[in-house]
Amino acid sequence: MPGMRDIKRKIGSVKNTQKITKAMKMVSAAKMRKAQDAMNSAKPYALKLTELVNNIGSRVSQDVHPFLEVREDINNIGVLVISSDRGLCGAFNNNIIKSFLNFSKNISDKNLKVIAVGKKIDEFAKKRRFNVIASYTSFAGRIRYEDAVEIGEKLSHMFIDGEIDELHIIYNEFRSIVFQSPKTFKVLPVSIEKSDIESSDYLYEPSPDLLIKEILPRFLNFNIFSALLESTAGEHGARMAAMDNATRNAGEFIKKLTLTYNKARQAAITKEILDIVNGAEALK
Amino acid sequence: MAEKLRLELVSPEKQLLSIDVDEIVAPGVEGEFGVLPGHTAFLTALRVGELVYKNNGKEDYVALERGFFEVVDNKVTVLAEGAELGREIDLEEAIRRKLEAEKALEHARHEDEIKFRKAEAQLRRELLRVSVAEKYKG
Repeated sequence: MPGMRDIKRKIGSVKNTQKITKAMKMVSAAKMRKAQDAMNSAKPYALKLTELVNNIGSRVSQDVHPFLEVREDINNIGVLVISSDRGLCGAFNNNIIKSFLNFSKNISDKNLKVIAVGKKIDEFAKKRRFNVIASYTSFAGRIRYEDAVEIGEKLSHMFIDGEIDELHIIYNEFRSIVFQSPKTFKVLPVSIEKSDIESSDYLYEPSPDLLIKEILPRFLNFNIFSALLESTAGEHGARMAAMDNATRNAGEFIKKLTLTYNKARQAAITKEILDIVNGAEALK
Repeated sequence: MAEKLRLELVSPEKQLLSIDVDEIVAPGVEGEFGVLPGHTAFLTALRVGELVYKNNGKEDYVALERGFFEVVDNKVTVLAEGAELGREIDLEEAIRRKLEAEKALEHARHEDEIKFRKAEAQLRRELLRVSVAEKYKG
């Protein structure tokens, strides 16, 4: 049986850990709320922009913009993978890594180029010798639209220059506070859902062909932006859940340790009494 | 007044306006244009400029950083790359930023062209912020 002093020290250390995880949980909850707000305020724009793209997209032919053109020979596939910078957030990054590996397995005959956002995926991809052509940190959780524009412009240059023929994004979709699931979707070339809105009497200025050229780059930037926002909100959500678990586990552990401690204490007392009684007996 | 226009102004970061107005004047890529209730369905791109909306005889201004403008059934949607409501811009800060942008432009003059253009666009935005903010100074 471990000594009483050891158990006491252990209890103290677990209590300290519990304090830390509790604090981290609170911090994540606050950050998540902010990230969630940012995500929700981007929603109206997202809806409207998608509507616009589909609306105009159904009115132009494929060859007005390279983003619409489906290439015949696809050799280079770009993939933008979004993870977090820091750990301690449960399976958040693991899920991303898993779906990234799946993705790379499915296209193993093609040339894969990785654009990594977040330290975790960056380190992983480099260690596994994937071709990482660009890496970003995850912007310390404060995502500005300009950051997404920067990435978007770079990628759109690559796509137009033929460095990549397709672009996919892998990120954690924010389903609910405690539930995120990795999602993979193709952003380039842009697939248009034909809208059947009756809009023959729609007035365009300038012409739809010119408008789509303005809109598509924005659409790419915005897709990246919203993926970043969702991933950030998800990261904080995942961390909050993980820390909540950790706090609870620490609580249980403390209970068990206290029980062992009390048992040890009682055993020590019993032993002392026995000693005294035996001593008294011997004196008789 | 019977008919009104519903104005929805959204930027990627948030929804800025959702109000009823009488008239809107916006900076289109092919020139400034006005929209009154009953306008035909219309879609256009916007450049950097000032968006004005009038309601009950009162004018309000928005500094707009490109975007798209759509009218359908008296509902106007402005998708702005960036936007700031005039009454929320601090004039002094705007002037300071304008001066900074001017300096940056002067600096970029000796460097490559892309940088120069970026600095120029930045200055244009800052000038716009100043001019919009000034409207609220009386």
